[in-house]
Amino acid sequence: MATVALIEAVNMALAYELEHDATVLLLGEDIGANGGVFRTTAGLQERFGAHRVMDTPLAESMIAGLTIGMSTQGLKPVAEIQFLGFIYSALDQIITQAARMRNRTRGRLSCPMVIRAPFGGGIHAPEHHSESTEALFAHIPGIKVVIPSNPSRAYGLMLAAIRDPDPVIFLEPKRVYRLVKHEVEDNGEAYPLETCFIDREGTDITLVSWGAMMHETLQAAEKLAQEGIHAEVIDVACVSPIDMPTILESVEKTGRLLIVQEAPKSGAIGSEIAAEVAEKAIMSLLAPIGRVSGYDAVMPYYKLEKIYMPSVEKVVAKAKELMEYV
Amino acid sequence: MKTAAKFEIKHIQYLNEEGKIVAKNLPDFAKDKDIMRKMYRDMSLVRAFDAKAYAMQRTGKMGTYPASLGQEAIGVGYGSVMTKEDVLVPYYRGTAGQLLHGVKMSEILLYWGGDERGSDYQDAKRDLPIAVPIATQCLNAAGVAAAIKFKGEKIAAVTEIGEGGTSKGDFYEALNVSGIWNLPLLFVVNNNQWAISVSTKNQTACETYAQKAIAAGIRCVQVDGNDIIACRAEADEALKRARAGEGPSLIEFVSYRLCDHTTADDASRYRSNEELQGAWTREPIIRLRRYLESMKAWTEEDEVNMKQEIAKEVEAAVAEFENIEKPLPETILTYLFAELPDAYQDQLEELRQRGTK
Repeated sequence: MATVALIEAVNMALAYELEHDATVLLLGEDIGANGGVFRTTAGLQERFGAHRVMDTPLAESMIAGLTIGMSTQGLKPVAEIQFLGFIYSALDQIITQAARMRNRTRGRLSCPMVIRAPFGGGIHAPEHHSESTEALFAHIPGIKVVIPSNPSRAYGLMLAAIRDPDPVIFLEPKRVYRLVKHEVEDNGEAYPLETCFIDREGTDITLVSWGAMMHETLQAAEKLAQEGIHAEVIDVACVSPIDMPTILESVEKTGRLLIVQEAPKSGAIGSEIAAEVAEKAIMSLLAPIGRVSGYDAVMPYYKLEKIYMPSVEKVVAKAKELMEYV
Repeated sequence: MKTAAKFEIKHIQYLNEEGKIVAKNLPDFAKDKDIMRKMYRDMSLVRAFDAKAYAMQRTGKMGTYPASLGQEAIGVGYGSVMTKEDVLVPYYRGTAGQLLHGVKMSEILLYWGGDERGSDYQDAKRDLPIAVPIATQCLNAAGVAAAIKFKGEKIAAVTEIGEGGTSKGDFYEALNVSGIWNLPLLFVVNNNQWAISVSTKNQTACETYAQKAIAAGIRCVQVDGNDIIACRAEADEALKRARAGEGPSLIEFVSYRLCDHTTADDASRYRSNEELQGAWTREPIIRLRRYLESMKAWTEEDEVNMKQEIAKEVEAAVAEFENIEKPLPETILTYLFAELPDAYQDQLEELRQRGTK
């Protein structure tokens, strides 16, 4: 059992699949000798060779387009987009090709591929390096969108993403790449995709989050507990499709829902969860659905980054507000 | 001053507008009556199929359709030298190449007739479906070629794009990576002079489209795209090189779009009849027929017989297309993923409850 950070868990999962499946290969900018700008793929080219861990020219649409073509021919490519903020030129390929290859060929061809990208704010990065635009991808039929929040989930979900027969966008919360270390056994066991994780059980309010914000959310739950409020905390993990039964069951138990997301508030994953709960469990609610989120604004440069990001204090305050409804 | 690098673009033509041989070193196949007759028949079939598809759209039996009138020599040229194992990554004006590579006429009708089953090619299992977004196919073809290389297969990938599509980033990105990775790939550029209403002088300041490959370090050539001998000879050379590990090629086929962009277009709004009539004198089928006649390889009787056979084949494809049952509503969802996640079960159930009306 190794004690690893999230970034090392991703590396472990990639190495495991490279080792055990000859059709798996990695491609991306600077992922070879350099091991990726965050070192996520460190050592993998050395270990598996340049034909399995391929440095590409600098062009994101190209990375996506190559990945799609490879995946239709029996390979399982895992592509890295260096930062989510640079993926937009690849959206054409993702939407018009990857997401619908199986559908438009009636299953004759498919795209068993993964696109990984670090995302999210909080590390004082330059412009375009800090946004949380997962909802853009969740809106595309035909792809799954996965966001791990901790090392063991990064390992298990990455294995699942690579083995999934359809395209998966795997967003890595870079603020927590090295924040905590877990014991992760390198046993090749995948977690299920499309399943939420209940990280803390409680009876008073359901806190739902994903990615880096899980850390603020769990800290908030701890503070609330000190004040006698027992929060249930759910890590959505797969933001498309969402495992709503787990969330609904929790909300039916607690009667209160607070969604915590780093992304802008509107048209977001949180909006979708709120709408589903309103449709299917509104009669169980004791209080309005609450949201703590980023602002509907362009991600500020890093001087104001902290103001933009949801904080433990904001989550605690909003949860207490919801507890006032009886 | 030193010259850092120097380039030239060759233009290849064997068969001129009158059907006369104008070049030395005629390829062997051009002297083979059977091969030449087969290509004449293939080009005639594509033209008859296009005309039928056009008529079906006009009578409400099929949706929007992009014909390739006047450009038949391109797809028949490269299609006739692709092996069954090679992989085609087509675009929407690639009917000729697709038919030559095993896609059925009924499948193409199904696709343009609004039915996803039209891309479930029964005899071209590895070929990608038609790309409608412009130039995306070039990158997918580079990915296919990279997979071919990764697996060590001795085959090649072929992709086709219009000259308008060469303005897009995906085209340049695909050329670039294909050069660096020495991919087994042929880029077919159909320069039919018009991208809907944009003429070639408004599409590029280059003298040729072929030269765009020079910036990527890829071998390139321009051919008379209405000369089937040049089309086939150059495609054959490029594919043999690709399969032998000698890397990618780009061929610019200079032709002319004698038809509208699609059935939804009216080209008389933006181009002159004079230009169109001039282009008709250079079209590829008549000149090949003249060449066949000069070889004593074709008679009027052959022509009548061939046209009857072709008409029967096209009608059979139309019947197959018209007889297929409408897809079930649930197929809107059932091919989205290998296994439909639980989250979609409500919507699937709703579709199952609906009739096909």
